[in-house]
Amino acid sequence: MSLRDGPLGEIKAPVAWVAAGVLVVVLIGAVALFVAGGSRTGPAGRLRGAADSLTAPVGGVLAAPVRVTGEGLGAIGAYFMAGSQNRELRTDLAAALTWRDEALALRQENARLRGLLGLRTSPPLPMVSANTVLDARGPFSNSRLADAGAADGVVEGNPVLSDHGLVGRIVGVSTHASRIMLLTDVDSRTPVMIARTNGRAILSGDGGPNPPLAYLRTHDALQEGDRVLTSGDGGVVPRGLPVGTVVKGVDGAWRVALDADAEPIDFVRILLFKDISQVATPTELSPSQLPGAATDVPEAPPPSAPPPTGPATAKPAAPAPAAQP
Amino acid sequence: MIARRARPVSPAVWILGPMAAAFAASLILAVPLRVAGLQLPEPVFALAPAFAWAMARPSVMPPVALAALGLALDLLWGDPPGLWAVCILTAYALVFFSRRILAGQDVLALWGAYALACAAAMLVGFALVGLRAGHAPDFVGVVLQFAVTVALFPFAWMLIERYEAPDTRF
Repeated sequence: MSLRDGPLGEIKAPVAWVAAGVLVVVLIGAVALFVAGGSRTGPAGRLRGAADSLTAPVGGVLAAPVRVTGEGLGAIGAYFMAGSQNRELRTDLAAALTWRDEALALRQENARLRGLLGLRTSPPLPMVSANTVLDARGPFSNSRLADAGAADGVVEGNPVLSDHGLVGRIVGVSTHASRIMLLTDVDSRTPVMIARTNGRAILSGDGGPNPPLAYLRTHDALQEGDRVLTSGDGGVVPRGLPVGTVVKGVDGAWRVALDADAEPIDFVRILLFKDISQVATPTELSPSQLPGAATDVPEAPPPSAPPPTGPATAKPAAPAPAAQP
Repeated sequence: MIARRARPVSPAVWILGPMAAAFAASLILAVPLRVAGLQLPEPVFALAPAFAWAMARPSVMPPVALAALGLALDLLWGDPPGLWAVCILTAYALVFFSRRILAGQDVLALWGAYALACAAAMLVGFALVGLRAGHAPDFVGVVLQFAVTVALFPFAWMLIERYEAPDTRF
C-alpha cells in the first residue's frame, strides 16, 4: 500500500522540500564520514576488513573462470608458438650458461670476502602465496584483494611481490583476505634507490601506470633504463627488491616503468616482513657491537667549569663506547 | 472504456533493483581480467540511477540509497569511506536542483546534462583525493573513467523511460 492510500495521503507535504532537506543532510553526513574516516588504516579498517571478508569469496568465484580461461589461452598460444619459443629459449640458455659460470665465481669470491669482513647475511624471510581476486584500478584507488589474511600470518605493512618485482604493500587484513595497496595508488610512497648511482628517491604513486620519482637525491643524472630497487630506508620495506626501470614521462618528469606490469598480477607472494628487527637482533644493533666512527673533529678539552644544572638544561650525550681508544 | 491507472512502483523495483544491479556490475568489472595488456574499464555505474532518480519525482529515499551505494563502492574499491558517496550525491544534487530545466528536454540534451553531472562527480573526487594525498591524481585516468561512465547514459534513460508514467511516490 502506498502512502497516498493511507491516512497520511491527505497531508499536503512539500515533498520536494523534504527530499532536498534529506539530500543536504545525507551529503553533509557523507562529507563528515570522509573527513573522519579518511585514513585507510584507521578505525574504518574493521569495517573494510568485514567487507573484504564478504567480497573476497565472491571475487574468488568470479575470478576463477578468468584465471582458467587465461591459462587455457596461454597453453594454446604456447602450443602454436612452440617453434619460435624453442629458438628463443636456446638463445637465452646459451646466454644464461655464460652468466652461470660468472655467477658461480662471484658467489665464491663474495663468500670469501664476507668471511674476511665478518659480515652477517640477512636470514631468508618467510612468505605467503596468494591469488588476487578483485582489482580496483580507478584514478582514485589502485588496490587488489588477495585471498590470504591474518590466518596465514599476514599483517599490515607486509610487502607484496609478483614474479617480476614489487607490487605494493598490505594496508588491510581480515581473517582470510587482505587488501594490497599498489605502488601506483595515490597514497603509495615507497623509498627507492637507483642501482647505478645509489641515489635515493621516493616512488610516489599518482593513479597512473608509471609513478613519478619524488625527492630525488643523486649527484649523477638519471638515465632511461636505470634500474630502481627498494632502498630499505625507514625499515618499512626490505632493501633490494626490484621495482622497475627509469623512464622519461611525457610531462618531463622521471617516472618508473614497473616490473610488476610485465604480466598480469594474478599470483602474488606476501613477504612476512614487519620491520628491520627481523633481520637484525637488538644486541647486534647495540652501540657496543657497532664499529667506531672516526671523525676529524678534535677531542674537546675537559670542562673546567662545573656542569650546569636545572631542568631546562640539555643533558650531554654519553660518549659512545666504540669511540673510545 | 476504462482509463488505465498508473500503478505505484514499489521501492524494491525503483530503488533496490538499480542499486543491486549497479553494485553487481561494479563487482563483476572488478575481476582482474587482462587481455593483450589491456584491463577492463572501471565505470561508476551508480551515476546512472542517480541521474534517473533525480529526474523522476523527488523522494527521500534516493539520497539515502546513493549514500549506501557510494559507501559500498568505497569498500569494494578500497577508497576512503565516504569518497564516492560525496561524489555521487554531488551529481544527484546538481540534477535534482535543475530538474525543472531538464524536464521535457530531448535525449541528447539529457545526455549532455548527464555528462555534466558525471564531470562534477569526478572533479569533486579529484579535488578530495588530491587534498587528502597532497598531490593531484593522474588526470588521464580521471578522464578515462569519466568517458566510460558517460557511455552508461542509456541505462539511465531506460530507467527514466520505464518509470516516467507510473507514480513513484512511496
